Amino acid sequence: MNSQEKRMRQQVLQDRIFRGTTRFFAFFVLALLAGILISLLIGAWPAIQQFGLGFIVGTEWNPVTGQFGGWNSIRGTLLSSFIALLIGVPVSFGIAIFLTELSPVWLRRPLGIAIELLAGVPSIIYGMWGLFVFAPWFADNVQPWLTEHTAGVPILGGLFDGPPMGIGMLTAGLILSVMVIPYVSSVMRDVFEVVPAMLKESAYGLGGTTWEVVWRVVLPYTRSGVMGGVMLGLGRALGETMAITFVIGNAQQPIHSLFDPSTSISATLANEFTEATTALHTGSLIYLGLLLFFITFVVLTLSKLMLLRMQRAEGN
Amino acid sequence: MRLQDSSMTAETTQAKLTVKNLNFFYGNFHALKNINLNIREGKVTAFIGPSGCGKSTLLRTFNRMYELYPKLRAEGEILMNGNNILDKGVDLNMLRAKVGMVFQKPTPFPMSIYDNIAFGVKLYESLSKSEMDDRVEWALSKAALWNEAKDKLRQSGLGLSGGQQQRLCIARAIAVKPEVLLLDEPTSALDPISTAHIEELVHELKRDYTIAIVTHNMQQAARVSDYTAYMYLGELVEVGETDTIFTTPTKKATEDYITGKFG
Repeated sequence: MNSQEKRMRQQVLQDRIFRGTTRFFAFFVLALLAGILISLLIGAWPAIQQFGLGFIVGTEWNPVTGQFGGWNSIRGTLLSSFIALLIGVPVSFGIAIFLTELSPVWLRRPLGIAIELLAGVPSIIYGMWGLFVFAPWFADNVQPWLTEHTAGVPILGGLFDGPPMGIGMLTAGLILSVMVIPYVSSVMRDVFEVVPAMLKESAYGLGGTTWEVVWRVVLPYTRSGVMGGVMLGLGRALGETMAITFVIGNAQQPIHSLFDPSTSISATLANEFTEATTALHTGSLIYLGLLLFFITFVVLTLSKLMLLRMQRAEGN
Repeated sequence: MRLQDSSMTAETTQAKLTVKNLNFFYGNFHALKNINLNIREGKVTAFIGPSGCGKSTLLRTFNRMYELYPKLRAEGEILMNGNNILDKGVDLNMLRAKVGMVFQKPTPFPMSIYDNIAFGVKLYESLSKSEMDDRVEWALSKAALWNEAKDKLRQSGLGLSGGQQQRLCIARAIAVKPEVLLLDEPTSALDPISTAHIEELVHELKRDYTIAIVTHNMQQAARVSDYTAYMYLGELVEVGETDTIFTTPTKKATEDYITGKFG
């Protein structure tokens, strides 16, 4: 009787400790997030004081005159990520359809593993490969062709204009797209695989082709998972540093076409952090970091909101 | 006397599907053994038998659903309107548009009720908006769902109750105007009232369609079908008019299963 009571009290205590510990871990993440945000704010303070929100649209970045504006970097981050998704998402979708619906069974595992291995390639390898192999080949073979065939076309002509140097915004976007494909396609494959066989059979049973079934039934059914995969890819593209630094050209200048060298937030940080001597220069770099943090946060929030709205529109 | 009568009509009804020497394999496993059978036009044929006897497998050869999976193969002949649907050259999508199927669980697509019905229709016909509206109403009415669904056509099909969802799936199958309707244990996930709805529906639908239904529930087979086929371990033990099968089966095995001695 007594020993039973004692044991029960012990278990209640154990439970309480367990709950406290897990709660501590969960809230620790929040504290960490707040800590990072605060230290970024403190670090960036000189630049925030000096330039205010005008920093975001400022195009002048001159350590010598002490004039800093982040637009070149921000534009590079957004544009290269956009190109990466524009190419990476459809390709990943194709890979995922092939792996789940069309591929012979014996090929599924090796192909799937190969794609996952692509995710394990260190980003510096992508950067070196991009700079030494891809960029020269791209400059010799693809860029002149693009320029020639889009000349005179209203918008495209402007995008693919200028000297074919190999490195630049487009190359950065292309390398990024290769880097996001393994993430996006393996998430898509995983969510496509959990679609109930009976649901797919129902659509095939009405006479649907593979494309009709995937596009109109599988994709809507897996929408939130697919969106999660795309966001994972976008997160990687926005934050990617090393590969981009190798191939984007690192030029603080306005761009006229996608062939022009440019820079991104993470490339600017990687290039200049060790050289920044003045508080204003360091502060401006940290300000850029803060903005990258902010962009990622906004993108994630927007995607969550979009998902919520789509779910509500569906009525479930 | 009555039995005599219906057997007379049975001979005059045409076979919609004629199964000849059908064998089916899952890899090396011989799942259907030499099946010979007629599915008669405008009638309901029920398939009964213990789990794993091959009744669902047989049903899935009628629209070649098994082709979605590797290592499954059928040998023999299944004639529909005189053509062997197991032939290599048969267009699977056209076949499946002619042979509709409803599954064990309701499988509404993640889209509105209206679009659920329109999905299959759009694959084969280009209808104007008003024609499509009419088709949707027609299919939902046929499936006895129109009154419940007409005010929420734009809402998700997932918002309906289980029984309503299953009727939506039947409406969806009917909307493409198939010739044959395959029902694979259509009420196994439903409550008794929804089950009764679906059974009434089967009665209604057999005027226009040839129906093959797989069921675990022998009372259901007795209630809804004109013909019953009893299968065991991949073989067709006995097939005949439902009344005969349930009152005076010729084989001892059928009688044992029907009277609940086994299975």
